[in-house]
Amino acid sequence: METIEKLRILTDAAKYDAACTSSGINRTGKKGGIGSAVSAGICHSFSADGRCISLLKVLMTNCCIYDCKYCVNRLSNDVPRASFDPRELAELTIEFYRRNYIEGLFLSSGVLKHPDYTCERMIETLRILREEYHFHGYIHVKAIPGADSALLGRLGLFADRMSVNVELPSEQSLKLLAPDKSRESIFRPMGMITGRIRENHCELVKYRHAPRFVPAGQSTQMIVGATPDNDYQILKLTESLYRKYALKRVFFSAYMPVSDHALLPPRGTKPPLLREHRLYQADWLLRYYGFQADELLDEKHHDFHPLVDPKCSWALAHMEFFPVEINRADYHTLLRIPGIGVKSARAILQARKAASLDFQGLKKLGVVLKRAQYFITCSGKLIEGLRVTNDTVLRSLLSEQGQAVFYQERYEQLSFYQQSELPGKEVVQCLGRRM
Amino acid sequence: MPWTTDVIYRYDGSFCGLLCCVFESYVKKEIPLDIVSEESPQGSLYPEKWIETIEVRAQRVYRSLGQRIHPEAGRFLKDCFLTCLVSKEILIYRFINLGYRIGGRIFNNLTEETVHILNKAVKHLYHETHLLTGFVRFSDCAGTLVSVIEPKNNVLPLLSGHFCDRYPEERFLIYDKTHRLALVYQPYQAEFLEADGFLPPEPDAREENFRNLWKKFHETIAIEGRYNPKCQRTHLPIRYRDYMTEFQQSAPPLSHPVEFPGTQGNALEDGSNRPL
Ligand code: SF4
Repeated sequence: METIEKLRILTDAAKYDAACTSSGINRTGKKGGIGSAVSAGICHSFSADGRCISLLKVLMTNCCIYDCKYCVNRLSNDVPRASFDPRELAELTIEFYRRNYIEGLFLSSGVLKHPDYTCERMIETLRILREEYHFHGYIHVKAIPGADSALLGRLGLFADRMSVNVELPSEQSLKLLAPDKSRESIFRPMGMITGRIRENHCELVKYRHAPRFVPAGQSTQMIVGATPDNDYQILKLTESLYRKYALKRVFFSAYMPVSDHALLPPRGTKPPLLREHRLYQADWLLRYYGFQADELLDEKHHDFHPLVDPKCSWALAHMEFFPVEINRADYHTLLRIPGIGVKSARAILQARKAASLDFQGLKKLGVVLKRAQYFITCSGKLIEGLRVTNDTVLRSLLSEQGQAVFYQERYEQLSFYQQSELPGKEVVQCLGRRM
Repeated sequence: MPWTTDVIYRYDGSFCGLLCCVFESYVKKEIPLDIVSEESPQGSLYPEKWIETIEVRAQRVYRSLGQRIHPEAGRFLKDCFLTCLVSKEILIYRFINLGYRIGGRIFNNLTEETVHILNKAVKHLYHETHLLTGFVRFSDCAGTLVSVIEPKNNVLPLLSGHFCDRYPEERFLIYDKTHRLALVYQPYQAEFLEADGFLPPEPDAREENFRNLWKKFHETIAIEGRYNPKCQRTHLPIRYRDYMTEFQQSAPPLSHPVEFPGTQGNALEDGSNRPL
């Protein structure tokens, strides 16, 4: 088979994995080799779906002995199959990298013959890259569930990041849809990797030149919308993964129907992109804004609002917290104000040292006044001429997607979220109580 | 004697030259109405004064930035000078002026108009530099990697470290069409050359093959059900795409992005050295 056809098949089979970043490690280049890594990550292109392309994301093979129902590569699916030869894939990676197409390699795989066999082929690919080409660019590798932990250990010594995908957020869903996998088969390797990373940190303290194990940390992915699991379950699980397994990132992937299985959404169902977006927003709040899952959702409200983003939702439900005085509030309080992000909160702290801030000044610091105005005072004063009517509040507080949905009257999307009523009334009520 | 303010300075367009304008202003006790480079068109009612670039004067001013304003001030203003901000010269002048008066505090003064505009421009410069660390596309021409970019800001001085570090064993060239500047690297040294044009050679079969593989990858990785060209455009503005392999037609486009007829190979025209 020609390389281009292989590449097509093995890219097509890999594209549903949402992880795309090349972040988490700084590494300078070395004479005699090729490549470096930048901690913030670098996007090299964007595909027609608007997602960042950073790594050459392919499978080693799309042959698989397992039959996970939600997966295109499942044994029972009738699709063309292909496998890369380790040397062929290593060369392709280097040639792409030289031309600055990519930041590195994201290697995953179906299970060919046996998890150990598959894992060995992946190790060989990475070994060629690291030892023969002296490649210092980014490598993200998927741990193959069921592979021997010694093999996973070797894989991790060549990789910057490793991931084991949770995929389905509950044991129940897993049983129904991934009969060959169990909670155990996912969380054991995940725990093993976390353990090795911790040990490695200790080794590095003792011996500065100890080989580094997965220096950019571990990540995982969950599929959203394939099963009835709700946002609250997903977010709680996400939070516990950050705490228990010290994961660097949890990715969410809106389920694209690829199967006619009776328990899955039928083909042609639209992927729940808005829901995926809300989960990413909430994930951001957990990681950088000091929020906890239980503040954002609870047993009664177990799904995010389609029209209002999670932070705004929280603010509207906690009007007693506001208004916040911009010239006095600490960093964490500032971060809770809708319209103020990490950058603008930092800028406020810095600019406050020079002069006390007014609303005009806040604009210059990147604060989105349109949103923030309802929640802040500058030197004790509310913004001048603040009008609280149904329409102005809706226009300012609805998320961008929310506005699109609301104003274009695409109510069919709303019907998914019947349990939460339109925010117009509640928004104005909340705000009204304060005025 | 009060400072006078009815003169326009003209300088040679270099950072050193601009610092000499500052020098002149303080020695003659005059505040220039504007500072314009050699190339910008004439046509103002105000008298103009040509400011000579004299290295030692520039150095004196440069040292004073660190001593009287902030250790980072010199580097910050050098970066300001790389931005595409219109009338950056007079803004840099005003920044220095204010900085001399209030010292390092100027960097906290984010809402002050001059500081705000310069900060914004520098952020734009850093952002464009960051985008190009990803969007630069090389072609392998007989073992040398070549690339053309057309940035708004003069990003090449900031980009060079990244690529030299990343490809220590390669020979490569990045040509900035906007600023007519080329970065040329071979192990282990880099240099900047001024060049009026650069025509990348036609790809050979091997190069064509990798381009096609990359295009195939780029096309395949997108999920049809999530098609979202608007989002793609936000992250990857159209203006960068002229020079990106994955957005080019297989057949050579009718109007080649860089039109300089008749040059062969990766020839640089007018390769005068330019210290930076
Ligand atoms: S083991 Fe992985 S590749 Fe194989 S069917 Fe399951 S999810 Fe798909």
